[in-house]
Amino acid sequence: MGEPKNARAAEALSGDTRGDLHTEHQLLNVGPSHPATHGTVKFMIELDGETIVDLEVQVGYLHRGFEKECESGSWYHVIPYTDRLNYNSAILANQGYCLAVEKLLDLETPERCQWLSVLAGELSRVGDHLTRCGAACLELAAMTPFRYGIEARELIWDLQEILCGARVTSNYLRIGGVKHGLPDEFPAACRELLPKVRALLVDFEKVVTRNRIFVDRLKGTGILSKQDCLRYAVTGPMLRAAGVPLDLRKQEPYLVYDEIDFDVPVGSVGDNYDRYLVCLEEVRQSLRIVEQCLEQLERLGPGPVDVKDPRVRWPAKGRVFSDTEERIQQFKLVTEGPRVPAGEAYLAIESANGELGFYLVSDGSAQPVKVRCRPPSFINLAPMPEMLRGAMLVDLIPTFDFINMVGGECDR
Amino acid sequence: MVVAVFVKTAFILFVVIGVLAPIITWVERKQSALMQNRIGANRASVAGMTFIGLLHPAADVIKLLVKEDVVPAGANRVLHLLAPVMAAVPAIIAFAVIPFGGSYHFGETTIELVVANLDWGLLYIFAIGSLAAYGPILAGWASNSGWSFLGSLRASAQMLSYEVTLGFSVVGVFMVFQTLRLTDMAIAQDTTFRAFAFVEGLFGLTLPASLGWISALRLPNWGIFLQPLAFVLFLTAIMAENKRPPFDTPEGESEIVAGYHTEYSGMRFGLFYMSEFIGVVVIAGLITTIFFGGWSVPYLSQEMIIAGVGHFFGVGFATGFCMLVHFVSFMLKLAAMIWLQMALRWTLPRFRYDQVMNLCWKILLPLSLANILVTGAVILALEGAA
Repeated sequence: MGEPKNARAAEALSGDTRGDLHTEHQLLNVGPSHPATHGTVKFMIELDGETIVDLEVQVGYLHRGFEKECESGSWYHVIPYTDRLNYNSAILANQGYCLAVEKLLDLETPERCQWLSVLAGELSRVGDHLTRCGAACLELAAMTPFRYGIEARELIWDLQEILCGARVTSNYLRIGGVKHGLPDEFPAACRELLPKVRALLVDFEKVVTRNRIFVDRLKGTGILSKQDCLRYAVTGPMLRAAGVPLDLRKQEPYLVYDEIDFDVPVGSVGDNYDRYLVCLEEVRQSLRIVEQCLEQLERLGPGPVDVKDPRVRWPAKGRVFSDTEERIQQFKLVTEGPRVPAGEAYLAIESANGELGFYLVSDGSAQPVKVRCRPPSFINLAPMPEMLRGAMLVDLIPTFDFINMVGGECDR
Repeated sequence: MVVAVFVKTAFILFVVIGVLAPIITWVERKQSALMQNRIGANRASVAGMTFIGLLHPAADVIKLLVKEDVVPAGANRVLHLLAPVMAAVPAIIAFAVIPFGGSYHFGETTIELVVANLDWGLLYIFAIGSLAAYGPILAGWASNSGWSFLGSLRASAQMLSYEVTLGFSVVGVFMVFQTLRLTDMAIAQDTTFRAFAFVEGLFGLTLPASLGWISALRLPNWGIFLQPLAFVLFLTAIMAENKRPPFDTPEGESEIVAGYHTEYSGMRFGLFYMSEFIGVVVIAGLITTIFFGGWSVPYLSQEMIIAGVGHFFGVGFATGFCMLVHFVSFMLKLAAMIWLQMALRWTLPRFRYDQVMNLCWKILLPLSLANILVTGAVILALEGAA
């Protein structure tokens, strides 16, 4: 347990009370069974009264061996596992993995498929940010805005259900394509539900954004400066809240992001309030992106949604039943899975939490040698002791909420 | 006389604990559901009938009564048992001095609708309120748990601090009504006053006749019109005393689990829970009595009702009728004040512990002192003018 950096902690430690009264530090074990840690993380907190003297984050309660598990199936089998990394934004994890495999295969998916991927991913991002802001409100005991945020997320999940067939673990993307094209009822549903989501966002903001209690709880808490963010390799809304406009969708555009018009919001101080504002603005930007995707997809019309590459594409059913070659190809793809050329590739996308990267190693067989995931949750959680030393015990709550550590992704 | 006190006590206990407290748990569920676009409280049912969720309070009580009562290892058993009682009793007995009607003369007998018509009624409330702090303190101390300990530290600091502000915030009201007796306060509010009289008295101005009805506008002689700042201060301070959101830092369920009652289960937890709900009723009753005219009907004083109705039906019936009207008026105002607390509870996030203290010592206390000063100056000036 190191020296407290913060002035408040130093003051608390050198205060007069220690000279006159004998006081002891209290060691508090927060989690894993605790309302704020959701069973997935534990904090050992050394307290001086209510002031955090030191804090130790202990992760790993949700370790399921994701990376090892990936090595025991085909390249296809990994996709449903990636769904389970982050329950809020399953499609973004699909996207990261599939893009990385496509990089190894040196595939370029058709335009329609890329727009669909972006559309699904941005819906996911909206859901993730709404969960983060809503849950933060809940844990600050503002239960009504939490319900508004969650109601908006339900509408987004309704859209995901129409698009992918599932609300949470949607398993929508494929290597070299997507599961299926735009359902007929999707555009109409989008036009009906997105204005409702926007209206709920307005309600949400009316209750909290300028609420003095809420602002006081968030402003000036959990500050992580620009330099510290870079030092800890923090990415995502946390980094942008500190004033660094790093968004991989802009910096290294993948898919069709270079054709999309959207803004990257940045904060100035890097406290929880900035993170909250950045997240809410990103929700609005993502809704803009969804609308642009819809426009483009309607322009492109129906058509194939995967690449014409026999290495990964299953042949059409009619030909499987009539042609020997196609039947063999189908058989090999189902029983063995696609063969990916030997080599290694790293590809990162901008997930809702930050840079979600996949580092893949292939020996040319149908099974991955290594699927390494760079989880933004894990890396963003690392500076937490630094953010909280000298703060009050209560500041743990909004800080942890806006880090948005998701157990599945952090512990893998 | 003893019989009358007993009957009134039984009545209050029945209304407050037997009817209002359970209904408030239902109101809380339904109001939060309304505010959050939910349907809410419709699961408990008898023979398929849910009675718009009114069975939930009964289900709650049954569940709490049959739950295992756990006393944690290392806890002080006596204090652990005593703490919920110490929390619930002050909340219940505080209602003794709140009048739910005025005094009515039926020939020789006089009926006063208040259990204890104390000369120092409001001081009694403060005294009982101070006792309420022992419940959480004992609970936290006796539980042998870090969370309970932190919660009880917060509770004791918060409740003791806000008592000071609570006391000062109503001093202005004492000065205006010249009494501490809550019954007399309600009687004093059973009249009206000309809204701009104080402008004329204070600055020696006369409102021009062209203003017409505005200069003749009369308001009920309610505390909220005479002491608006005191109302805001009192409401804030007493809600903080009751430890309900947004002032529920002693419970702070997201950081210290359940605060001082973390280690309580079954009906012992239920007593803590109930004491807060009874607190809501007591607060509503106090605010009604001090700031909203108590049982009085605005613009219709007791004499006017008795004279008006008595003209047709005789004085005895009119007095009884007036008693009923006053009781209904009190209950309606009580319901409105309960609603106000619920609306606040479901709108605002929780304060941080140090912010609660800052609010108390740096904002509310100076304001309440300033209120006393200004009230005194205005009363002096008006007396000089008169």
